[in-house]
Amino acid sequence: MLEIKNLHARSEDTEILRGINLSVAAGEVHAIMGPNGSGKSTLAHVLAGREDYEITEGEVTYDGKDLLDMEIEERAAEGVFLAYQYPVEISGVSNKYFLKAAINSIHKYRDEPVISRKDFVALLKEKLELLGMDKSMMDRSVNEGFSGGEKKRNEILQMAMLEPKLAVLDETDSGLDIDALKIVSEGVNALRSPERAIIVVTHYQRLLEYIVPDKVHVLAGGKIVRSGDKSLALELEDKGYSFLQSGAETVAAG
Amino acid sequence: MIATQSDAYQESFAAFQADQSATSPAWLNEARQTAWDRFLERGLPTRRDEDWRFTPVASLAGRNYRNVQSLSLASDTVETLLQRAKLDDDFHRLVFVNGHYVEGASSHQDLPEGVVVENLASSIREGRDLAEQLLTQPVGKEESAFTDLNTAFASDGAVIDVADGVTLDRPVHLIFLSVEDGPTACHPRNLIRLGNGSSATVVESYHGRDGDGYFTNAVTQIELAEQANLDHHKLQHEQRDSLHIASSHIDQKEHSRFCSHYFSFGAELARNELNCILDGEEIVSTLNGLYMPTGEQLMDCRTRIDHAKPNCNTYELYKGILDDRARGVFNGKIFVHQDAQKTDAKQSNQALLLSDDAVVNTKPQLEIYADDVKCTHGATIGELDEQALYYLRSRGIPESLARKMLIFAFANDVVQGVEVPAVVQHLEAILLSSHGLPDV
Amino acid sequence: MSTENAMLEEFSQREYEHGFVTDIEADSIPAGLSEEVVRLISEKKGEPQWLLDWRLKAYRHWLTLEEPQWHNVNYSPIDYQAAVYYSAPKKKPQLASLDEVDPVLLETYEKLGIPLEEQKVLANVAVDAVFDSVSIVTTFRETLEKHGVIFCPFSEAVHDHPELVKKYLGTVVPHSDNFFASLNSAVFSDGSFCYIPKGVRCPMELSTYFRINAQNTGQFERTLIVAEEGSYVSYLEGCTAPKRDENQLHAAVVELVALDDAQIKYSTVQNWYPGDSEGKGGIYNFVTKRGACRGENSKISWTQVETGSAITWKYPSVILQGDNSVGEFYSVAVTANHQQADTGTKMIHIGKNTKSTIISKGISAGVGQNSYRGEVKVMKNATNARNFSQCDSMLIGDRCGAHTFPYIEVRNTTGKVEHEASTSKVGEDQIYYLRQRGLSTEDAVNMIVNGFCKEVYDVLPMEFAVEARKLLNVSLEGSVG
Repeated sequence: MLEIKNLHARSEDTEILRGINLSVAAGEVHAIMGPNGSGKSTLAHVLAGREDYEITEGEVTYDGKDLLDMEIEERAAEGVFLAYQYPVEISGVSNKYFLKAAINSIHKYRDEPVISRKDFVALLKEKLELLGMDKSMMDRSVNEGFSGGEKKRNEILQMAMLEPKLAVLDETDSGLDIDALKIVSEGVNALRSPERAIIVVTHYQRLLEYIVPDKVHVLAGGKIVRSGDKSLALELEDKGYSFLQSGAETVAAG
Repeated sequence: MIATQSDAYQESFAAFQADQSATSPAWLNEARQTAWDRFLERGLPTRRDEDWRFTPVASLAGRNYRNVQSLSLASDTVETLLQRAKLDDDFHRLVFVNGHYVEGASSHQDLPEGVVVENLASSIREGRDLAEQLLTQPVGKEESAFTDLNTAFASDGAVIDVADGVTLDRPVHLIFLSVEDGPTACHPRNLIRLGNGSSATVVESYHGRDGDGYFTNAVTQIELAEQANLDHHKLQHEQRDSLHIASSHIDQKEHSRFCSHYFSFGAELARNELNCILDGEEIVSTLNGLYMPTGEQLMDCRTRIDHAKPNCNTYELYKGILDDRARGVFNGKIFVHQDAQKTDAKQSNQALLLSDDAVVNTKPQLEIYADDVKCTHGATIGELDEQALYYLRSRGIPESLARKMLIFAFANDVVQGVEVPAVVQHLEAILLSSHGLPDV
Repeated sequence: MSTENAMLEEFSQREYEHGFVTDIEADSIPAGLSEEVVRLISEKKGEPQWLLDWRLKAYRHWLTLEEPQWHNVNYSPIDYQAAVYYSAPKKKPQLASLDEVDPVLLETYEKLGIPLEEQKVLANVAVDAVFDSVSIVTTFRETLEKHGVIFCPFSEAVHDHPELVKKYLGTVVPHSDNFFASLNSAVFSDGSFCYIPKGVRCPMELSTYFRINAQNTGQFERTLIVAEEGSYVSYLEGCTAPKRDENQLHAAVVELVALDDAQIKYSTVQNWYPGDSEGKGGIYNFVTKRGACRGENSKISWTQVETGSAITWKYPSVILQGDNSVGEFYSVAVTANHQQADTGTKMIHIGKNTKSTIISKGISAGVGQNSYRGEVKVMKNATNARNFSQCDSMLIGDRCGAHTFPYIEVRNTTGKVEHEASTSKVGEDQIYYLRQRGLSTEDAVNMIVNGFCKEVYDVLPMEFAVEARKLLNVSLEGSVG
């Protein structure tokens, strides 16, 4: 479903991604781990299409199409979803209005009819229950005045509502206490399906106890330096990232 | 030069006097004459006046406007405008056409005991003290050319007088319509007084018909006694070729609360002034405003808050969205007098320019003479938030729609401060349609 | 609380340490202003005809102007006929070397902490000393000449580099700019001229030290700095005057021109005599300072610490013409006793991607009145212009005032202008906390006030930052119990 080949990206004068290769198939859950500043969030935002980065080399194929050639909203309509590490606050736009506008925009792109008010309300109710969220939150402005946990839960709610094919979760566990982490993870697990791929970007192994990945990749210095199954995450937990630094150099040298 | 500008009003003042002086009480004739003399002496403001630096009003205000003395009600027009203006059948309603009260269109029965809601002409006829008191005292801190002009022509408007401890449960809706042909002027004078611990909600709406342009020159005087609570809304929907000049003067006593919501959509040139004097401790005042000029419109919003006593809080949020060749002016002054320790005053002014031909002039001012105060003002003028735009787009919303949503959100922020549902719905509908947004 | 009150009460007392008078014979012309006086000044300076013509043009224009009234300062009317428009120490004005400088003058500057003998001077600062109407000496000229940098008295530049003066004089502040600038253009006596050639990074700080000495004399200096393509200069300016009971007028003009990729950093520590605690005497400081970022990627930065003068009226501004040019204004203004300040800046964005920053800190004590007045203008073609302004005021005592009058005008949709202002007082809890840690109340206030001004001190050249800090403490000295 997603094929990243030799991806290089820079922000202003700094090269952040230095040749990423990654292949994710439908139905799989991949975890991308790495120390701070290794380029994890950049990778997530490059996939979503943020314009602050310049792609200098490489290609990304998504569902057989050139992902990098698509506009931000086009990617969303094609089923790419990014759960933000720092969800943006938009005062004056209610969550409900925002969600409905997003769904209808995506439907329009796909030449599907607009969602009826009734269907929308029913769908929203279902997803709210799934995530244990109060419906009063839907009348509040997007993310405004939300606690850290509420913001993250709201991201997963959007993901549940928009039903993406490829979901990228950027540090979704940061700032969550253990209860919130469980709820968010359950929400994500409920969305696991054979048609959907999920990339979990995280610094800590903790999240992976709840969202068990099929594959784990370690990103360091803008490259994937190691890949393995879930045991790699445990190994990292055990030894920390520092032991990888030397490994990264070895790989780079090789 | 000054004389020529005021000349335009000579004829109508003579006609007005001929029509009114015989039936008006002596104190009123005297107040009118004093104001008129001062107006003649001062003349209309020019751009050399610091207060009018960005608002060239002389040519519009110097037109030959005619006062409408007797109404020939073009009922279709009135009916159409009335339907447009009405918000909720449940509201008490006073309707004024070209400055004159129209009983047939108004309805204000079942008022709680101790509440007077009537038109100014009736108040004067009845010899009520409120009319004499407010019409003979200075308007606000200082008279201006336009308040003088209003006093010179003062004959009708709304009067709301609420006795101590009374809550006026339903909002009072004041509707001002200009329907007559040709350049006409009207000078509504509104008086609102709330007794100790009383509360009320007032909505003022201004509408008019297409024609040769007209001039609305409104003055509203508000007195809030201790612990009184007033929610005041103004919806300015004048015709595109009209001149709208209005000022509200609010005098607040201890523990009172005043909340003003101003929404400006119409007129060729609209100038709205709010002057609040906080003459007591523990007062809370909130001034919110939204102005959205397009085409060649010029909207000038001015607020002045005088913190005269300690321990008062004021909050001010004004937002502007300017398109085409529109011009916007915001001037907000917070004046903290020496005695007003522990003042907490926050002012924020934000503007969005949607066109490179639009201009906004902002002048937020602080004048502070007390040392233990918290005063902040912030002014931002700029583009839509790029982060928010990216966020919306990454959820599949096309850029053009995302931009509209953010413009809507920018404006909606002010609308959400309104607590009257009918007013909120009215404003949301305007915001959605004016930016071609889909309904919720 | 009572301690604090006592501290605030005493705020109205302070000593001015540069208030002495130098006894030196002066060559002064009679008081009064007329076309004759303008001609006389020009003649005394042996000026070419074109400059006299320019002065006369300015004088005639000045006659048509009225003194501005829009500012938030009050003063009794200035009698322009009572002032002396030219005064110079009697000795030969042209000096070949420092040895020829009147020792009395050298002593004066030494006393002010500005030694003029090069071996004594801070090694990296070249000084032009202006005493009343004329420049006394300029140090390090030879060193500067090696780099092609011209740093000399304005009157000398008129003779030695007429083509440069002619090319730039009045191009940033025209002779008709405003009442005080026109007056200056008519009667300016001396000042500094700096020219930094293409690609040169000026090897040392340039500095002018202004001293008013003679009685009833107005000081009207004129400074012009031109930074050619890719050059850099940091310029410092300091000022003092003796204690006198009469008010004295100082109306200076400063023009800066920065071409492509050039940078000018202009710092002022203004410590003119502020008048006594009753508000008697003091300098009326009406100054027009403006810089033009003519070239692309050019940058002009104004930093000022204004502690002196009875009245301060100045708005160092930047016209951002070149694309990507940058304007900055950092200001600390202190008004104690009866001082009044109406100061701020103008940032006019004309070029694309232009950026400006305004940081203003106003401190009012005694019955001082401090106003920030600023204008930020984004013109129609100034795509992506950015401005950030922050104006903070601090009040010490309850008889002073702080005022903010920012004007903002935007004509471009991509422009982004942000303005923030706040007012605060020296908190009792802050003083208590510091005293509990062993500081005296006075030191505590100084620490808090210095902390309040830190953002501005951080951009001052080192020597000046130290001087500014000292000055601020002196300004507030005796004010705390």
